[in-house]
Amino acid sequence: MAAPLIEVEHLTMRFGGLVAVDDVSFIGRPREITAIIGPNGAGKTTVFNCITGFYRPTVGRLLLHGDRDYLLERMLGHEIGQRARVARTFQNIRLFPAMSVLENLLIAQHNKLMRASGYSIFGLLGLAGYKTAENAAVELASHWLKRIGLLADADRPAGELPYGAQRRLEIARAMCTEPRLLCLDEPAAGLNPRESAELNQLLVSIRDQDGVGVLLIEHDMSVVMNISNHVVVLDYGRKIAEGPPADIQRDPAVIRAYLGTDDSDSSPHQGQRSLNEGDGRA
Amino acid sequence: MAPRAIAMLKDAALTALVTAALGIFIVGFRTIDVGSRTGLSFDYELTDLAVAVIVVFLGRLGLSLAAAGLRWPVIALGVVMVAAGVSPMKLPSGFLHWFVALGGALLVLRGIWPWADRAVAVASHTSGGRLVQEIGAKWLGWALLAVAVVLPFTPLADQKTMDLGVLILTYVMLGWGLNIVVGLAGLLDLGYVAFYAVGAYAYALLSTQHGLGFWAVLPLAGMLAATFGILLGFPVLRLRGDYLAIVTLGFGEIIRLVILNWVDFTNGPAGIGSIPGPTLFGAVFAETAPAGRQTVAEMLGIPFNSNHRLIFLYYVILVLALITNLFTQRMRRLPVGRAWEALREDETACKALGINPTNTKLTAFAVGAMFAGFAGSFFAAKQRFISPESFTFIESAIILAIVVLGGMGSQVGVVLAAVLLIGLPEWFRELGNYRMLAFGLAMVLIMVFRPRGLIGHREPSIRLHPVASAGSG
Repeated sequence: MAAPLIEVEHLTMRFGGLVAVDDVSFIGRPREITAIIGPNGAGKTTVFNCITGFYRPTVGRLLLHGDRDYLLERMLGHEIGQRARVARTFQNIRLFPAMSVLENLLIAQHNKLMRASGYSIFGLLGLAGYKTAENAAVELASHWLKRIGLLADADRPAGELPYGAQRRLEIARAMCTEPRLLCLDEPAAGLNPRESAELNQLLVSIRDQDGVGVLLIEHDMSVVMNISNHVVVLDYGRKIAEGPPADIQRDPAVIRAYLGTDDSDSSPHQGQRSLNEGDGRA
Repeated sequence: MAPRAIAMLKDAALTALVTAALGIFIVGFRTIDVGSRTGLSFDYELTDLAVAVIVVFLGRLGLSLAAAGLRWPVIALGVVMVAAGVSPMKLPSGFLHWFVALGGALLVLRGIWPWADRAVAVASHTSGGRLVQEIGAKWLGWALLAVAVVLPFTPLADQKTMDLGVLILTYVMLGWGLNIVVGLAGLLDLGYVAFYAVGAYAYALLSTQHGLGFWAVLPLAGMLAATFGILLGFPVLRLRGDYLAIVTLGFGEIIRLVILNWVDFTNGPAGIGSIPGPTLFGAVFAETAPAGRQTVAEMLGIPFNSNHRLIFLYYVILVLALITNLFTQRMRRLPVGRAWEALREDETACKALGINPTNTKLTAFAVGAMFAGFAGSFFAAKQRFISPESFTFIESAIILAIVVLGGMGSQVGVVLAAVLLIGLPEWFRELGNYRMLAFGLAMVLIMVFRPRGLIGHREPSIRLHPVASAGSG
């Protein structure tokens, strides 16, 4: 088993009297997809917000192993993306809607291009060094556009794309930052079964070809059970189970607390169904 | 048909009645000062009231007809009203003529609206139409530039036109500068005029007290204004939208009040006078040169003409404005420019992508302020006299209006809006106090017909596929 990529240790996040995340520890490894599941309000997105620097954890350590060790809980939001190379997507898509698809992917390569443009000075003078760097950036963007099937739409405003394409573009944009760890917040939300299956393929290829560690929050069990290597289950902010997907499906604590359903409207604590049911849908 | 016609007439009559009831006190009476002993008395202006009531009656009738789909009667009615407005008919005031004609014009517009609406919809919603718009904006930009370059050589170039040209170009430059902050970076700045003031006072003080020339001070003024931009930027980094607007508004006022009250340094409300104008390779624009200097007329060996100074100023501001434009266009294609736009679109996503929002915002504030500083120096050199009165909030508001009406982020849009907002009120000076009414009406019309600004189209800063194939996509 590979050495850990991210170690979350005793993570606790309190908002006033509310304990959103309570002493959660888990490990994410490179070339693995670690899924975080749990009923609505279990604290999954809060864990992500702590890892990506949007919240500062009340207690706990977030250790990322890269070219050196990064203590994420001590870093500013944008430094986590820039130095520790943690990229994320959002539950509600956050593209730059008025800008073109290609521009969205170039902004993801901002820090690299800023350096190449001599912090704009060489770029303003039109020196060749910047042009080469920009061409390389466009090359990387085209590579990802091919992989998500949006090459023909490169010059359209991102906000005009259909919903499923926007979801894929957001993942491609995160990948253009060349991350070590990719945090995906419900990437399959609102996708139809065919798009879900395509997403599975994309995530598997990101794991296997690009060698990136993936943290995945997802309600769609067809995605979770098929592609994740490791599953962490949260309920009311606490970790109630952890293990390979097959074990999680049989775990009595998980079955009691929360069962994956494909009906998002059923109340999480009443919808007593087998996880296998969701699994069978893929 | 008949009951409907009666209903329309009833409706129009009712509206006219309301107008009469409201207008009788506002329009129908006029207080007049009859001397110190008796104080105020009043006069009747019932003709004005009658005209207003008739116009409202016809207007309401026209709108009802238009709503019923009777296009031609509406247009005919409008034309008749316009004709009545411009006819030499005797009315108590010139404004009533305008009022009648404008009402008629609006009715004509309402009549042709369904066609115009369809044409606009076709033009802006098809990809072909978008291509036309793109090429149109580009072509329009070059055409405007050509006009601007040759203008001083045309017979139109009398002193009034050139003065107006300089004024418009100053606002174009300010609009382009503010466009970086508001249009690209999306930071609503209501105190932009503060940087303009910093630039103007920098030149005024350095030239009158230290004898520095315009070209030496220009970069200094830009740098000084940029420094002020960063100073303003730091406290407002965490603010967005309305909060940012209020703080920048306050900053603008602070600068103005400091200038007003720091009398030792800025000469306070009395302002600074006899500021030297810009020189051409050391030669001055005057009939006789001061000791040790040459006049431009002597240097070029041409007879002296007081218009030369104005034409020179015109070209100076034209070049300064074009530099602003080129710089912005270039920045848009660089990572920092894209980051500005990304920041406008979604700051949270920017942070997640590792973009430092602090630095990005500060560069936008600094670069925007720098161009205001340049424009301010030019303003001081052109006016030769500056006082705090030139840097009130209304200036910031006008510059912001130019950016917003032009279409956020559009460079050609800023030019069109500056010509409309600065040029029209100047040309319409004959309207007297009503020109601000026309100004307001123009703004409302632009916002109704083009809610995203005159030029709302955004051209991507980079394309993967050439434009020709984009049209079909």
